[in-house]
Amino acid sequence: MRFMVIVKSNEDSEAGQGPSAELLEQMGKFNEELVKAGVLLAGEGLTPSSEGARVVFSGAEEPRVVDGPFTESKELVGGFWILQCRDREECIEWIKRMPNPGGEAGEVEIRRVAEAADFENMTPEVEAMEGKLRAQSAGQA
Amino acid sequence: MTVADTRSTVEAVWRIESPRLIAGLARMARGDVGLAEELAQDALVAALEQWPDSGVPRNPGAWLMTTAKRRAIDQFRRNERYAEKLEEVGRDQRLGEGVLPDFDAGLDDHIEDDVLRLLFVACHPVLNTQARVALTLRMLGGLTTDEIARAFLVRESTIAQRIVRAKKALAAAKVPFEVPEGDERVARLSSVLEVIYLVFNEGYSATRGDDWMRPALCEDAMRLGRVLAGLMPGESEVLGLVALMELQASRAKARTRPNGEPVLLLDQDRARWDRLLIQHGLAALALSEQIAEGAYGPYSAQAAIAACHARARTAEETDWARIAALYEGLGKLQPSPVIELNRGVAVAMAYGPAAGLAVVDAVADEPALKDYHLLPSVRGDLLEKLGRSAEAEQEFRRAAEMTENARERALLLNRASAVAG
Amino acid sequence: MRFLVIVKASPASEAAGFQPSAEELTEMTKFNERLFAEGRIELAEGLTSSADGSRVLFEGDAEPKVIDGPFAETKELIAGFWVLKGESLEEIVELMKQVPNLGPGEGVLEIRPIDE
Repeated sequence: MRFMVIVKSNEDSEAGQGPSAELLEQMGKFNEELVKAGVLLAGEGLTPSSEGARVVFSGAEEPRVVDGPFTESKELVGGFWILQCRDREECIEWIKRMPNPGGEAGEVEIRRVAEAADFENMTPEVEAMEGKLRAQSAGQA
Repeated sequence: MTVADTRSTVEAVWRIESPRLIAGLARMARGDVGLAEELAQDALVAALEQWPDSGVPRNPGAWLMTTAKRRAIDQFRRNERYAEKLEEVGRDQRLGEGVLPDFDAGLDDHIEDDVLRLLFVACHPVLNTQARVALTLRMLGGLTTDEIARAFLVRESTIAQRIVRAKKALAAAKVPFEVPEGDERVARLSSVLEVIYLVFNEGYSATRGDDWMRPALCEDAMRLGRVLAGLMPGESEVLGLVALMELQASRAKARTRPNGEPVLLLDQDRARWDRLLIQHGLAALALSEQIAEGAYGPYSAQAAIAACHARARTAEETDWARIAALYEGLGKLQPSPVIELNRGVAVAMAYGPAAGLAVVDAVADEPALKDYHLLPSVRGDLLEKLGRSAEAEQEFRRAAEMTENARERALLLNRASAVAG
Repeated sequence: MRFLVIVKASPASEAAGFQPSAEELTEMTKFNERLFAEGRIELAEGLTSSADGSRVLFEGDAEPKVIDGPFAETKELIAGFWVLKGESLEEIVELMKQVPNLGPGEGVLEIRPIDE
C-alpha cells in the first residue's frame, strides 16, 4: 500500500526560513532510515505559498486564479513523502519517529493513495471507450 | 488503547523492528538463528501481553530487544541444554554457570552487518527454495506465518513446519553467521537475489480475484531488494534486481483488462504505467550501470531491457536496436533459446523482418521451444511481413493449435485466415 | 521546474462510499493522457477519503499523538495530486484551468512549486 505523508506548513516554512542545522541533519538521517528500510518512494519540500496559486472553479464561468500567499497555515502543505507500507499502522509507526528537535508543535497527515481496485466504476465499457479514445488520438498524432 | 489497537501497533512495530531484533539476537546467540528467532517471538508475545496495559513504549525496538535479552538470560540460567548448545559451538572453554553469552558486543555498530548476515543465512543453499522463501519472509520480511501461508496459498501449519525444518537444517549443517567472501560470495548473493525475485514473481503472476496478499508480495520483494541495496551499496546486480522488479511492477495496472485477460506490453495503455515506480526503477538502474561501468549482469540486463520500454512514451518510440543489443548481451550471460527468440523479435523491429527471421530460424529446432507457441507465432508474423503468405498461414495455424488460451487461439486463427487472403 | 498540484477535497469526495463516476474517470483519464503525451506527468494519484487516514501531532518532547480520520474540516483536506513539469507557475495555472470534473460547485486546485 502507498501512503501520502503530508507535512503541514508552519510560520517558519511560510516565511521562507530554512530548517535549523540540527533539524536538517536529523531529517537527513530519518530519510536515510526510510530509504534503507525500502519504504521511501518519493519525498519533496515545497516553496512557501507566496510562490503558489489557487485555481477556483465555480460552475460555468472561467476559473478564477488567486495568487498566494494563503494565510490559513493549518491547511497548507509544506512537504510530502510517498511511503510504501504494509498498512496504515506501519506508516504511523514510521512517522512517529520523525525528528522534531526544535520541539515545535507540528502536524503530519497520513492518507492512503488510491489504487485501481479502489475504483469500482472502471467498467469494461469505460475501458472500451478509452480504447476508442486512444485509437482516435493515435490517429490524430 | 484497546487490545485490538495495540495488536495492530505491535504488528506494525514488528514489521519495522523484527529484522534488526532477530539479527542482533543472532549475534548474541553466536549465530544460532533459530534460537534468535524464538527469543524474538517471545518478546513479541510479551509485547502483546503487556502493552495494552502499560501503553506502547516510546522506543518499541529497544523494549523488544531488552525483553528478549532478559528472557535469553533467564533461559540460560534455567536451561542446561542452552548452556550445552553454546558449549557445542565451542567458542568459550570456560562456559558454564555464570558466564553469559555476549549480550552487548558492539550491538549498534554491527546491526546492519548482522541483518545482512541474517539474510544470507536465510537464503543458504543447504535449504530448498521453499524453505529459503519462508525463512526470509519470516525473519527479514516481518511477515507472520499466517501471512506467508495466505500469500502462497498453503496452510499455516505447512509454513510453520517448513520454518522449523529449515532452522534444524541450518543448525545441522552448522551454517556460520557470516557473509562469505570471494567466489562463494558471488554464488551466495545469487541465491539471495533468486529468493527475492521468486517472491516477486509469485506476487506478479497473481491475477485479479486472488487473495490481496499475493500482489502485496511484489511490494515485499521490492522492499527486501531495496533493503539489500542499502546493505550492499556497491553491488550492481542488487540494484539491477531492484530496477527490474520496479519496472516490471510499474506495468501491473495496465497488463490486465477488468475481465482478467492479459494485455501485451506493446498494446498497454502507457498512461497507466506507474510513474513513481518507473522513476525509482530507472534511478536504480542508472546507479547500477554507473557501478558496473556498463557491464551488465543477468538482472541488470533484463532491467535495461525493461527500461527501454519504460522510457518510450508510445510503442512506436521504442529503441529496438538497443533492446536487440541487450538481448545479445543477456544471451551471452544466460544462453537460452527463449532469449534468442526475444532477440529475434527485437532485431526484426530494429532491422527488418528478414534479419529477425534469421535469428529466430537459428533456434527454431531447439527442443526447449518444441511446445512454445510463441515460436510459430513470431515466425508467422515475420513470414507475413516478408510476403511469404503460405508459410505464414501454416505457422499461425500451428501456433493456434499449441496455445491453451482461447482468445489467443481465435486471434491466431484470424491472422491465418487474413494472410491466406 | 516541478509543481505539486493539489486537488482540494470536497464534501462529495469525503462522503462515505464516494466513487468517481465512469464519465468522471474517463474525462480524467483523457486529461492525464494529454499531460502524459506532453511529458509532464511525474506523479498523478488520487487519495482515498480521510476516513482511511490519520494525523500525527508533535509537540515538544511529548510522545506523538495519533488521531484517526475522518477529519471534519474538508477545506483542509486533499483529495488527489499531481507532480507536473512546467516552465513556470503561469504555464501550469493555464494548463490546470482545463482540468475536468471540478464544476459545478466550488472546486479548488492549489499549485505549489517544489523546492529543488
